[in-house]
Amino acid sequence: MPNPTRIEINCETGVESIIELTDAEVAEMAAQAAIAEERKAEADAKAEADATAKAALLEKLGITADEAKLLLA
Amino acid sequence: MPNTFELIASYTVGASPVTSIDFSSIPSTYTDLCFKISARITRSGYTGDIMNISFNGTSTNESSRRLEGNGSSASSASNSLLLAYQASTTDATASTFGNAELYIPNYAGSTNKSASNDGVSETNGTTAYAGFAANLWSNTAAINQVTFTPDGGSNFVQYSTIYLYGVKNA
Repeated sequence: MPNPTRIEINCETGVESIIELTDAEVAEMAAQAAIAEERKAEADAKAEADATAKAALLEKLGITADEAKLLLA
Repeated sequence: MPNTFELIASYTVGASPVTSIDFSSIPSTYTDLCFKISARITRSGYTGDIMNISFNGTSTNESSRRLEGNGSSASSASNSLLLAYQASTTDATASTFGNAELYIPNYAGSTNKSASNDGVSETNGTTAYAGFAANLWSNTAAINQVTFTPDGGSNFVQYSTIYLYGVKNA
């Protein structure tokens, strides 16, 4: 199976070149994808933790989210 | 005040996805550069994501500040990369594309280069993104090459299009 390709457009000549990535570039792409997945998992975990903490605080205060907004307006 | 736009080059992705789109040998005869982007990428996990940018084939001396909102939350960040909001992703509604503009004033001058960007993703679901980025390339070389690479090792998909305009004073 061929490697993915990138595009280069030469603005002087108008020539469009389709260039196959090297194995090293493919490995770098895979590494970038893994890092992105890790970042996404961290962000999702933080969002869930924040939502849980917010709900717990609202319950402790005995007010709704809309009422909390009114307090901060 | 620049007032003349001339199309320098454009590219629309064909049936096979591509990992990056690179405009090389950009002539230095304009005042500013302006990219108009309509993009969809193979990233998943979000309905919109950024495109990374590089100038002259390098990835050093890059910094940026960015603001992002999605209708329910907002965030900001500083990064050591150059970026452009916003491409729609695989998780966005089928056949929708994010759109963006990247403007590079004085790209052929001998000072450090700034590049401003705004963009929105599109999806007919719950969450779409809007973002602004202020990019700084701390390099005094004239910009003659600009490369767009989707974030997270993903690809541009079919019909993604980038137009490059040269902007002149007259």
